[in-house]
Amino acid sequence: MLTEDLPLFPFRSPGDNPFTPVTGTDLRHLDGPVTRVRLPTGGWTWLVTRHADVKQLLRSDAFSADMSSPNFPLLRPAPNGPRNRSGGFIRMDGDEHLRLRRMLTAEFMIKNIRRIEPLITDAVGSSLDALAAAGPPADLVEHFALPVPSLVICHLLGVPYADHAFFQQRSAILLDQSADPLKLRDAIGELRGYLADLIEARRQQPAEDLIGRLVTERVATGELDAEELIGMSLLLLIAGHETTANMIGLSTLLLLQHPEHLAALRDDEDLADGMVEELLRYLTIVRTGLPRLARRDVDVGGHTVRAGEPVTALLSLANRDDDVFAGGDDFDPYRQAQQHLAFGFGVHQCIGQPLARAELRIALVRLVRRFPGLALAADPAKLPQRDTSIVFGLAELPVTW
Amino acid sequence: MSVHVAADRDLCVGAGNCVLTAPDVFDQDEEGLVAVLDTDPAAAADRVAQAVDLCPAGAITATGGKTP
Ligand code: SF4
Repeated sequence: MLTEDLPLFPFRSPGDNPFTPVTGTDLRHLDGPVTRVRLPTGGWTWLVTRHADVKQLLRSDAFSADMSSPNFPLLRPAPNGPRNRSGGFIRMDGDEHLRLRRMLTAEFMIKNIRRIEPLITDAVGSSLDALAAAGPPADLVEHFALPVPSLVICHLLGVPYADHAFFQQRSAILLDQSADPLKLRDAIGELRGYLADLIEARRQQPAEDLIGRLVTERVATGELDAEELIGMSLLLLIAGHETTANMIGLSTLLLLQHPEHLAALRDDEDLADGMVEELLRYLTIVRTGLPRLARRDVDVGGHTVRAGEPVTALLSLANRDDDVFAGGDDFDPYRQAQQHLAFGFGVHQCIGQPLARAELRIALVRLVRRFPGLALAADPAKLPQRDTSIVFGLAELPVTW
Repeated sequence: MSVHVAADRDLCVGAGNCVLTAPDVFDQDEEGLVAVLDTDPAAAADRVAQAVDLCPAGAITATGGKTP
């Protein structure tokens, strides 16, 4: 089949239903667990959609995450030269990736996240106050969903929250597949410049935050160079801003449309952990999937992927796989959803997942308690979606109470 | 039936799924990498099997017990 005849990826949600990751029309194009789709950059990729296949693929060292390889399944032309890639370990393989990731494992381990729960609770509390002051009605995305993770990640990294508008605008550009290449280059340059200044300030005056610790313990010892630290900090800052924020917004919409689940969460906090896992599974906000490139011939789902061929693991459909999650298209907070792949799988699985879980649990529980009369203040079928972003979500969520 | 649990720190990427799944069997050491608290847990076979399955890096093995 000619590339031009293949269905175009990434797929979009139906405009009136942000919970469905793929429209019926696009779904009909997929005639098996591994199918070819066309990419906006002109190339194509194998799309892998079954839970078992996605796990196998993401755990296998037969696939590379290095986007600088020719043929890598990019959704937009690669903007970055070598300097801009430095430290961005989610796009590295093997020992190079592990060396940088290991410098952060202690920071995000479960025990440390438990220790900072009071900080998360404070961020949630002050954001709830800000939401209350802004309405009713008010935009929950602007006044709650975005500020919570932003406050937390800024505090952890040691980045002044006062500059949050600056990061938020630029991180949105970094994740927007339709962003103009020049704007993208500028956004990366500005963020790297900002972080370079911050790191220099930490070098002159040590501080007890994540960037400060890395400066003192790793840069000063020569284990990490400043460019790498800039890249690592950038990754954490962007991931910290965009992912949890979109999960909070979409989760709130879902709960507002299922008052029985909202009431259950309000009345029984023990439900929260299970409900968060199911929200992660059901909403899977990295809707564009995870791109990889085969290093050797491998069998995936009964299909041979040849060395040098591009592959994309579609997490959102894997998380609806009926073989693993019975009735996968239904939201069921009482199911055991721990096997979901919303954080990815393999060596690149999200390092911030303990933080994301804690933020979601605390934010959602406190929100439904603080505003028992919370209601949607807009037509749910017309909410603006961030559908060109690598991290899917709602651009706005007007609520009242 | 009980299982024998082993973990390979060289493979571990510190995602912590094992600690969430079976906190009585797994912990994270000061570097955030897996530490096995109980190499022969008496009662946790199901949860250990789940931890093996959920470990993104294939760092945990459980031998013995029910044959899968
Ligand atoms: S689940 Fe695997 S990778 Fe994660 S901490 Fe445990 S052993 Fe390490």
